[in-house]
Amino acid sequence: MTVLAVSNLAKRYRRGGKPFAAVDDVSFEIGPAETLALAGPSGSGKSTIARLVLRLTEPDAGRIDFESTDFLALSGAALRARRARLQMVFQDPLAAFNPRATVARVLDDPLRIHNIAPRAERRHRIAALLERVGLDAGLAARAIHEISGGQRQRVAIARAIATRPSLIVLDEAVSALDVSVRGQILELLLDLQRQERIAYLFISHDLGVIRAVAHRVVILDAGRVAESGDARAVIANPQSAIGKALVEATPRLTRNRP
Amino acid sequence: MTALLSIRDLRVAYRRDGIEVPALKGISLDVEAGERLAIIGESGSGKSTLALAVAGLLAGGAEIGGLVDWFLPASAGAKAPLSVLPDISPSRGKMGSSVAGSPLATSKIGEGRDHELISPLEGEMSGRTEGGAVERQLFHLHDKPARLGRDIGFVFQDPSSSLDPVMPIGKQIAEVVHTHLGLSWPDSFAQAKTLLDRVRLPDPEAVLHVYPHQLSGGQKQRVAIAAAIAAGPKLLIADEATSALDTIVQAEIVSLIRRLVAEDGMTLLFISHDIALAATLADRIAVLRHGELIELGETDQILNAPRHAYTRALLDAHLGLDTEPLFHRQGASA
Repeated sequence: MTVLAVSNLAKRYRRGGKPFAAVDDVSFEIGPAETLALAGPSGSGKSTIARLVLRLTEPDAGRIDFESTDFLALSGAALRARRARLQMVFQDPLAAFNPRATVARVLDDPLRIHNIAPRAERRHRIAALLERVGLDAGLAARAIHEISGGQRQRVAIARAIATRPSLIVLDEAVSALDVSVRGQILELLLDLQRQERIAYLFISHDLGVIRAVAHRVVILDAGRVAESGDARAVIANPQSAIGKALVEATPRLTRNRP
Repeated sequence: MTALLSIRDLRVAYRRDGIEVPALKGISLDVEAGERLAIIGESGSGKSTLALAVAGLLAGGAEIGGLVDWFLPASAGAKAPLSVLPDISPSRGKMGSSVAGSPLATSKIGEGRDHELISPLEGEMSGRTEGGAVERQLFHLHDKPARLGRDIGFVFQDPSSSLDPVMPIGKQIAEVVHTHLGLSWPDSFAQAKTLLDRVRLPDPEAVLHVYPHQLSGGQKQRVAIAAAIAAGPKLLIADEATSALDTIVQAEIVSLIRRLVAEDGMTLLFISHDIALAATLADRIAVLRHGELIELGETDQILNAPRHAYTRALLDAHLGLDTEPLFHRQGASA
């Protein structure tokens, strides 16, 4: 059983008048409660794939099956309903939210738009969501710009889980966080995955992070799949040129551990 | 080892909504001539403020106290010990010579804020007295102040912000050479081409004539490095210079910096949030947190025998290629 199946996906853009393939014949699957990482250098197509899966951009070719429905064929009310099951968290939550909105407002939107809870219940639901991501319910009244980067990313996760998704696209979601905060956010994501059986499409340029949280990895190069497989196996013994280059370029912390 | 610069009790505070927010709370450290010193810390640690303070690039609103003393070749000898100099007391700021008082280099890497920098006697400082003293600007720089562009090369995180978008690459670098080394324009352009070759840009002759937007992020950072080293500075400051680049380009830029620093005998101040990356380059590592210097030591000592719990926590938070996966630690997996 799969949550998401992407087949032969392709997207071309024009750059300097010439067409180039941002995504070229990419296929992968993600199962329930599984984390699949997309890795690759800048321009390898990672974020374009995220945008295609979220239908923020339409592909030129290929097929996307989400929860066993032809996702690209959906439109209108059917698309909106299905979108509740597919959420996203980006690198910079400040860019994703209205900075002057309160935390409560940010969390109220999905509950209202997707008819998750009637108005009378929402305040209670928002408090429960905040608690679920490790935040004090009292934070609800604060403005987004007033809270710390780590708290903001927790709010972004709370908003993503508000609609009970089966898949969350995490596009460099921990890349801008301090390392001490990053660990806590990754633990939270793993905990949610275990409890709620959420699958993650985890986009990152950092193989160390990928190795820590992903079950499988797809390594991309110039829009194509260079190699894929078990995350630790691929990173331990990359076969493709780009895989080898990425592993080689990752800084090693050589410590004589006790 | 001799010090290239000596930082004593450096204090910097910014004003935010009328409230003074300390960024550096009395940092003291010596940067040895020829060493590669990494300054690491998380957001709000003050690491970038330290880099800007050393370069004399702090914005006008910053309150500065303490001392940054340079020991540049021409002015190095015959100086009294700092402790006996009369003008280092923080309450006597006006007595120190200031960075702004010197003819600052008009290097393209300086974001063009040169002349209004740290000017103690004007602007928002006028009339602000605390206990009768203007608490500001205590940069005592001997008789030969360090000049940005000439004595200090600065590489920022975002090369786009340090390059002029409407000036060809060759001219941007030649300008630094012309200004600081006094070469003729033809010689300055020839030197610019040599520099583009030194930072390993393919086809330097062609790159001379292109504009920044025609280059990739990594190529732009190479150009910014070429401009930073154009005048042969003693000190190269790289402030998160690889943070916006992908892993592969980051490794290339780090190895470029390592090579150039060795070839030119420069001193390197490498500012980074990434302790693993810093460790690949640095002889010594200084760990900053909340504006304080937590720990300073040889790279090997910091990695293997950190004295401070915070340094240990930073090391433990690193997710490397030999770290046990988080889902294994928790004993669960899909």
